[in-house]
Amino acid sequence: MREIDPDFLALPLRRLADAALTRARELGAEHASFRLERVRAETLRLFDARLEGSIDADDLGFAVRVVKDGTWGFAAGIELTPEAAAAVAEQAVTVAQVSAPINREPVELAPEGVYADVTWVSAYDIDPFDVPLREKVDLLGDWSRGLLGQVDHVSASLMQVKEQKFYADSAGTITTQQRVRVHPSITVMKSDGERFDDMRTLAPPVGRGYEYLTGTGWDFPAELATLPELLAEKLAAPSVESGRYDLVVHPSNLWLTIHESIGHATELDRALGYEAAYAGTSFATFDQLGELTYGSKIMNVTGDRTAEHGLATVGWDDEGVQAQSFDIVRDGTLTGYQLDRRMALLKGLGRSNGCAFADSPGHPPLQRMANVSLRPAEGGPSTEELIAGVDNGIYVLGDKSWSIDMQRYNFQFTGQRFYRISGGKLAGQLRDVAYQATTTDFWRSMDAVGGPHTYVLGGAFNCGKGQPGQVAPVSHGCPSARFRNVRILNTVQEGGK
Amino acid sequence: MTPQETVERALALPGADQRVVIVDEGSTANLRFAGNTLTTNGVTRSARLTVISIAGSGVGVVSRAAVRPDQLADVVAAADAAARDAEPAEDARPLVAEGSDADWDDPVRRTSIEVFSGFAPALGECFATAEASGRRLYGFAEHQVDSVFVGSSTGLRRRHDQPTGRLELNAKSPDMTRSAWAGVATRDFADVDVTALDETLAQRLDWAKRRIDLPAGRYETILPPGAVSDLMIYLYWSAGARDAADGRTVFAKPGGGTRVGEELSTLPVRLFSDPARAGVECLDFAVAHASGREQSVFDNGLALTETDWIRDGRLTNLVQTRHSAELTGLATTPQIDNLIMESATGGGTLEEMIAGTDRGLLVTCLWYIREVDPQTLLLTGLTRDGVYLVENGEVVGEVNNFRFNESPVDLLNRMTEVGTSIRTLPREWNDYFTRSIMPPIRVPDFNMSTVSQAN
Repeated sequence: MREIDPDFLALPLRRLADAALTRARELGAEHASFRLERVRAETLRLFDARLEGSIDADDLGFAVRVVKDGTWGFAAGIELTPEAAAAVAEQAVTVAQVSAPINREPVELAPEGVYADVTWVSAYDIDPFDVPLREKVDLLGDWSRGLLGQVDHVSASLMQVKEQKFYADSAGTITTQQRVRVHPSITVMKSDGERFDDMRTLAPPVGRGYEYLTGTGWDFPAELATLPELLAEKLAAPSVESGRYDLVVHPSNLWLTIHESIGHATELDRALGYEAAYAGTSFATFDQLGELTYGSKIMNVTGDRTAEHGLATVGWDDEGVQAQSFDIVRDGTLTGYQLDRRMALLKGLGRSNGCAFADSPGHPPLQRMANVSLRPAEGGPSTEELIAGVDNGIYVLGDKSWSIDMQRYNFQFTGQRFYRISGGKLAGQLRDVAYQATTTDFWRSMDAVGGPHTYVLGGAFNCGKGQPGQVAPVSHGCPSARFRNVRILNTVQEGGK
Repeated sequence: MTPQETVERALALPGADQRVVIVDEGSTANLRFAGNTLTTNGVTRSARLTVISIAGSGVGVVSRAAVRPDQLADVVAAADAAARDAEPAEDARPLVAEGSDADWDDPVRRTSIEVFSGFAPALGECFATAEASGRRLYGFAEHQVDSVFVGSSTGLRRRHDQPTGRLELNAKSPDMTRSAWAGVATRDFADVDVTALDETLAQRLDWAKRRIDLPAGRYETILPPGAVSDLMIYLYWSAGARDAADGRTVFAKPGGGTRVGEELSTLPVRLFSDPARAGVECLDFAVAHASGREQSVFDNGLALTETDWIRDGRLTNLVQTRHSAELTGLATTPQIDNLIMESATGGGTLEEMIAGTDRGLLVTCLWYIREVDPQTLLLTGLTRDGVYLVENGEVVGEVNNFRFNESPVDLLNRMTEVGTSIRTLPREWNDYFTRSIMPPIRVPDFNMSTVSQAN
C-alpha cells in the first residue's frame, strides 16, 4: 500500500483548517467544512508518432463551505496562510448572508459518524508522475510506429491525474486521501479515397498507475496488433440496413449506456429537480422508489465507491461520509438512489451513501456518480453463448457517440465496431450503425446477462454535471448482455444521404 | 507578487534559450436556484502560472496553480528541463516579437458577489411572482473576470481582461410537464432584465397549455438564434485545418486537401469572428498553453483580427496555426473566442418569421448535441424546453420533444431563410462559449428522428 506524498502532508493543512473552521464558528455557522486539494494532471498527445503537445498542470487551493442560518455559503481561496483561510471563511459566511433572502428551503444534513484523522490511498504500483515524460513519449511513439504503414494516421494520448484531498469539518472529521488514475488511448485512421474511418482502443481508463501501460490490467501490444485489420474490415463493411435487431452488447460499449440511462437517472438531486434547468431531471421519480420496473428480472445494479481500481472509488466522500456499496436496481425494480447528506435527510433516507464530490478546490461538492455497475449472472453465459442465442442481430463493441434526453428516456449510441449476427454466429462487420431506445424499454428487453468472466470495469474521466460545470471520473462494471428487438438506425440515411 | 512581476522574474531566470510566460488570474461569483429558491452559490479566485521553455526547437510546458515567489524558480527549472529533454517540436517557429499593451501595469481586475447586488433582489421578486402565479423558476447566474498576461523573451507584453456573464432562466409548471427557457449573455449584469425574461417564459408556458402530439418526421422548422449558435459553434469547433488536410473531417476534400473555396450555401451567409465586434469583444491575440492540432505555443501573442470562415456561402478559412498554414498553403487564421453569422441581405426578426409560416415547428433550444459521423458532421441531440406548432402565422400549441439527427453543414445548404442576427446565448455550449451573434433560420425539412417523452 502506497502512502500519501510527504510534500502534500507538509502543506499547512491543519493550521489552515483550524483557522477557517474557528472563524466560521465565531461567525455563527451551524456547520462548516474545509477542503484543501492539489490535483495534478499531465496530458500528452502524439500524432503519427510525433509529440504534438504536452502539459503538466496542477490545481492547488482550498475551499470553505458553511451553513449559516440554514443557507449554504461557499468561498474558495489560493493563499495558503491561516489569515487567508480565515478570510475565506468570512467570505463564505457573507455569501450565505447575501443569498439568504432568496433561499426558502433551510439546509440540513444527514448525520454521519466522526472520523478523526483517517487516511486512504488508492490501489496503484507506479506513480505516473515518477516516470519521465520522455519515457512515456517513447512508449506511445513505439506503439504508434508499429501501426504506421498499416493505417494512414495514428493518434495517441495519455492522461494522468493524481488527486490529493484534505478535508476537515466542524464535527471533527479529518480525512487525508490520495488517488491516481490513467487513461491511455490510441486511435488509428484510414481512408479508401472516398470514405474515411477510425478505430480506438477499447482499453478503459482506470484507477491504476503507470503499470497499466506496461502489462498490468491490459495487454496493449495485443490489442494494438489487431487494430489495422479490424479498421480495414470496417472500412470495407456493408452499411447497415435500418430496422429492429437483437443486440449483444460488450462491456466496452454497455458501460456508457449504464452511465447515461441508469447512473444519471438515479441521482436523487436530479430526480427531485435540483438539476432541472441544466442536466435535467429523471423519469425515475422519487414516488416510484420500490415500484418502478426499470428492467427485466435479471437486472441488478449497484452503486459503490469501494471497487478496487474504480474511478469513483474513495475512502470518504467530500462531506466526510465513509465509502459504501448499495443497491440501485434489484431484480429489475428501482430500489435506491445516489445521495449526498442534504438529499438523504430531505427524503428521510437516513444516512448518505457517500456520493458527494467536488472536482477542484474552487468548486463545492455536488452529488456525483458512484461506480454504478450491472451485476453479472453467477454461472452465466459467455459472450459467445449470448451471440449463439441470436438469429438476426448485431454485436456491439466500444463506445463512441452518445446522447440522451433531459429525463433520461430517449438515447442514441454508436460504437467502435458492429458485427452482424446471423444464425448465432458473427458474420462480418457493419458500418453506419446507431442504436436508439427508451431506457425502460431497453432494460426490460434484456433477456440474458453474461457470467463473471465477461465482466469488465469501463468508465470515463469526464462526466459532466452542475453549474458551474464540474467533471468527475467514474467507472461502470458490467458483463456482456443481450437485448431483444432494439431499433437500429443507419446514420448515413439519418443524414439525408 | 503581481502577475507582471511573475512574468518578468520568470523570463529573467537563466536556463532555456527562450521562454513564453503566461499568468492567468480569475475570479468568479455565482448563484444557482431551483424551485423558486437558492440551491448553491459561491465566490472563487484562481491564479495559474504557465512556463513554456524552448531549448533549440524542443519545448517544455509546466503549469502550476497558486505559485508562491519561492516556488517560481522550481517551476521554470522544470519547464527548462522538459524542453531540454524534448524532441524537436514540428510547430517550432520564431516567437512573436511585437506587441505591448498600454495597461500592462494596471492591477488585476476582479469580480465579487456584489455584482449581483441589483440582480439578486430582482430575482427574489421574480421568485415571489412566480410562486404566486404557479410557476417554478430554475437557473444559474454567473459572472467571471479572467485576466491573462503573456510575456516572452522576445519582448512581447500583452494582457487582456475578459468579463463574462450569463443567466439561464427556466420556468416550469408545478407538475413539471410544461417548461420554457431563456438565456442571456452579459458583461456585467447591469443590462439583465430578469423580470422581462420571466414574463417571456410565462407567455411560453401559456402557449404550452394546449398540447399537440406529433410523430417523428421531417418538418419545416424555425430555429431561433440560440439553437443556431449551438449548431454553428460545433461546426466552428470542427473546422480545424490540420484535421481537414489529414482527411478526418467534413471539411476534407475526397482524394486530398481541404474544401476551402467550396460553396456550402446558396444563400449569401457569412460566418466569421471579430475580436472587436461590439457586445462580444474578446481576446485579440493568440494564447496557447500547450500545442495541439489547432494551436501552437509558438503563436502566443499573434494578433487576431476579423476572420471569415464562410463568406457569401463559400468556405473561406479553417482554424489553424502558422505551422498548419504552411502545411495546407492557406492563411494563418487562429481560433477566436466569438462567432457571428449574418446574411448579406438582412432578414426578418424571429417574430416576423413566425408570422410568415403556414405550418411549421418553432424550436426553443437544442440539447445533448453529440457527433455521430465526422465525415458529414452529422450531429444528434434533443429539442428541449419548448417546441411549438405554428399555423397560419401564430403559435397554436406545444408539441412533444424530438431527437434530431442533422449536420450543420448540410443545414447551410438546405436552409431557405436567414433572419436578423442578434446577440444570443447558446444553450448547450455556454459553459465554454458565450459570445455569439446569430440569426434565426428556416429549414424546410429538419430531421426529427424520433419522439422523446421528456418534458
